[in-house]
Order: sequence, then C-alpha cells, then structure tokens
Amino acid sequence: MKGRHTFAAGCVLVGLVLAVAVVSLVWLPYDPSDTTGGRLAPPGGEHLLGTDKLGRDLLTQLMVGARIALTVGAGSVLVGGVLGVAAGLLAGFATRWLDDALSAALDILIAFPTLLLAMLVVAVREASLGSAVVAIGLAMSGVVARLTRVLVKRVLAQDYITASRTSGTPWPRLVTEHVLPNIWPTLLVNLALQLGLAVLAEASLSYLGLGPPPPNASWGRLLQEAQATVLTAPLGAIAPGLLLVVLVVGVNLVADGLRDLADPTRRSSR
Amino acid sequence: MTLLRADDLSVRHPDGHDLVRGLSFAVEAGARLGLVGESGSGKSLTALAVMGLLPAGMTAAGGVVLGGTQVVGASGRTLDRVRGRSASMVFQEPLTALDPLMRVGRQVAGPIRRRRGLRGGALRAAVMDALSEVRLPERVAGAYPHEISGGQRQRVAIAMALACEPELLIADEPTTALDVTVQAEVLTLLDGLVAGRGMALLFISHDLAVVADVADRIVVLKEGSAVESGRTRDVVREPRHPYTRSLVDSAWALEGELDRLAP
Repeated sequence: MKGRHTFAAGCVLVGLVLAVAVVSLVWLPYDPSDTTGGRLAPPGGEHLLGTDKLGRDLLTQLMVGARIALTVGAGSVLVGGVLGVAAGLLAGFATRWLDDALSAALDILIAFPTLLLAMLVVAVREASLGSAVVAIGLAMSGVVARLTRVLVKRVLAQDYITASRTSGTPWPRLVTEHVLPNIWPTLLVNLALQLGLAVLAEASLSYLGLGPPPPNASWGRLLQEAQATVLTAPLGAIAPGLLLVVLVVGVNLVADGLRDLADPTRRSSR
Repeated sequence: MTLLRADDLSVRHPDGHDLVRGLSFAVEAGARLGLVGESGSGKSLTALAVMGLLPAGMTAAGGVVLGGTQVVGASGRTLDRVRGRSASMVFQEPLTALDPLMRVGRQVAGPIRRRRGLRGGALRAAVMDALSEVRLPERVAGAYPHEISGGQRQRVAIAMALACEPELLIADEPTTALDVTVQAEVLTLLDGLVAGRGMALLFISHDLAVVADVADRIVVLKEGSAVESGRTRDVVREPRHPYTRSLVDSAWALEGELDRLAP
C-alpha cells in the first residue's frame, strides 16, 4: 500500500504547517509589528530565530506567514477549481461552436502570464490578500478547465457510457454516476498540485511586491526582505524557504497518495 | 407485433460515404434475428443506429421504428424513454462496457431502480436475484469490474441488460471477447434467459456457426448492404450469394477439420 504511506507522509508535512497556522491565530511570541527586538538579532535568547532588519521577531513572522500561505493556497484552489471545473464541464459536454469558443478562450487565458494577470488585478483592485487569491485563482482556472474538458471528452467516448445510455440512463444521472466519479481522481491530484503552485505563485508575487502588503508577513515577502541581509543573517532567508518547500512537498505527497487511494484499479495493482 | 423495423436504413460517415446502405429487416415479438458479416460490414453500426446512439458525426437516414417510436431524428428525451424499455444491449468487450470505478452491484442496481422503482433492501434483494440468475455468486456484487473474470463480467453485462426488462435484447458479438470454453457457457445462458422471458433477440456476430445456433432468421451483411436474408436453415443449406456460400463453406471446413482429427 504505497498510496497510504505517501498520503500519511504528506499529511504530516501539511499538518505541521496547518498546526503552526492554527497556533498563530491564538498565540504569537510577539506582536507581528513589534520592532523592539533590535536589528538582526542572532537566534537564541529573547528571539528563538532572531529578528529581521526592522527588529521584528522572525518566528512570529513565519507563523503568520503559514496562515497566509494556506489561505492563499486554499482560496485560489477554490476560485480556480470552481471556475475551471464549471467551464471545463461545459466545454466537455458542448459540441461544435460552443466547445471551440470556450477552448479558444481557455487557450488565451492559459497563454496569459500569471504575473501579468496579477498586475492587472492589482491595478483594478489593490495589492491585498484577496487580489492575490483572485489573480492566482483566475490563472489556475484556465489550466483546470482545459484538463476537465479533456477528461470529460475522454470519459464520454468510453463504452460504458454508451452501454449505460442503451439502458435509458438520463443525462443528469450519467454525469453524477459515471462522468464525475471517473474524472474526479485525476482532477483531485491536479487541484492538489495547483495548491502547491499557488503557494509558490503567491511567494513570487510578494517577492515582487504585488502580494499582500506589509502587515501580512507572507513567506515570499520575508524572502524578499531577507535578500539584502542574506550574508549576515542567512536564517531570515533559509527559514521561509524551507517552510515553503515543506508545504509544497507535503501537498504533492497528499495528492499522489489520494490518487492511489481513490482509484480501485491502482489500489489492487500495488 | 413488430418490435423493431428498419426500413432502408443507411448510416453515413462524416466524410460522406455510406457505411450501411439501404438495410431493411424486422424483428417480431419473441423472434430471433441474426446479423452476420465480417468486421467492418456495418453490423455494430446498425445496432447503434437502432438505439439512436451512433458515434459523433455519423448520421442515420431511412427509418427505424423501435417499440412504436421512430428513432431516426428523435429527441434525446424520447430516446431515453425507448432505450431500456423497448430494447437494451450487450456489448462485445465487457471490461470497457462496465464503469471501472463502480462496484458491480451498484451498476446492476441502476436499471433495476429506474425500471421497477425499488429502493433500499428490496433493491439489494433484486440485485442479488439478478446476479444469481446469471449464475454469479453474491460476493461479485461488492467487486470492481477488474477484479472478476471476463466471463463473469459478461454475465454482469447480461444481468444489467436484462434488468431493464426489454422487449428486445440486442447482443453485439457477446461472446467474441471471451475464452472459447466460456463462450459456450455464456451463449447457453443468454439463450435460456431470453427464451425464458419470451424476449426477442437481435444477435450480431461474425461467426455463422454461433448465429445459426441461436437465430431463427439471419441477414448476411457485406460492406454495409444485405446480400442475403431468410430462415437460418434455408440460408445455411442453400446459400444463394457467393459471399454467404464462402461463410458457410469456411464454417463447414472448421467443422470438418475437427471431424478428421476426432478419434
């Protein structure tokens, strides 16, 4: 049962980040904007991981960052998933011109760089957590929709759909009984991978200053701020980077494990 | 009473040429018609056209009246009412004709629930009855299609088709994908169940010997057109068309080979 181990390992890593995020809601070592720690204090003593160049406690920043990473990840997967799956289902069932029109629109959306899309969203709204979620979710929806469309088309071409229709199964039932269950495992894995990518995308947006503004200590922002002082206080860059890796690897492991557990043909071939 | 009547039925490929040309036949209540022909002769397309389920892009012309409803050009909702009630279908490859992610019991339950409106315990009992009728053990209900053998899968497909309680069963090469030893078993089972319910049967195969075994009348198809039709006995004894004669001769040749090797 390789799937089960992969899933468990992924849960431990994601659970770690989740636990930190939950704790940050009720307890933080310092106030996030408390600058009394002195510039770039070394780790240990008053500040477990030291302080940044403005004198803020690094551990506090990291804990708040975990919260933001998970919010952005889950939020953009929700936005991208709902929009993408809906558009993909529509295109998958559509014939001729509607399918062609939707596919063309999706190709344009996918060809649009995420960063450009983010800048547009930020220009229309303002740099905030919500804008980041909307921008990343929109960019994601194109990829999700295209995948959903292909999966639906593939399932609809299967013999068991024809077989089910020969017994008079009406369309809505065909979708809920056969189409959705058969596209779900692949879709789920893809959404989990997208969650990992969304966290990374938010880090790059923040790194470029397009992410949530300062009181929000996102890991990407921490990386950006630590850039100038990476030689004197390397922990400021290493710690958020490491957490980013833990979360993304964890989510990917959960995704792989879920796919193996959700598919009975895979389950028994192990 | 005529359950199924095809009048000058043609099936056209998107590129414009006809894969089935001017085919006419009828199946009376309780009768058994065989469609014989080599692969690519349009047998399966004829079956799909009868159900109004041609692959995307292909179009049917002419007339198909199934259970009193004109199928060619009918709306999806009309067809959903006819499918299952007037006719249901067993396919050649049972592994792909069953949903790989759904347990066998649930797949059999679908048509029973729709047809008889059963729920809960009564539905479960009906599923078990349906499985035992095709000589499957109860534990098969909890298995996924890939966990059971090819012969068992085809029995499940037969159970699903019969669960619709149709007036006509269409069997498209139902034994072709099975091991030779299993073929005879499944054929006998199908034969007995159809006879027991007084259902009509449209049996499609490339194998004249198999069709002759189950059908009263046969239609011989070649490249989309009927070249000969009539009572099975007459066609097998006195084939008129050269193609039918070659089918009959090759069936006898195989038979003769076995006789020669017999002790």
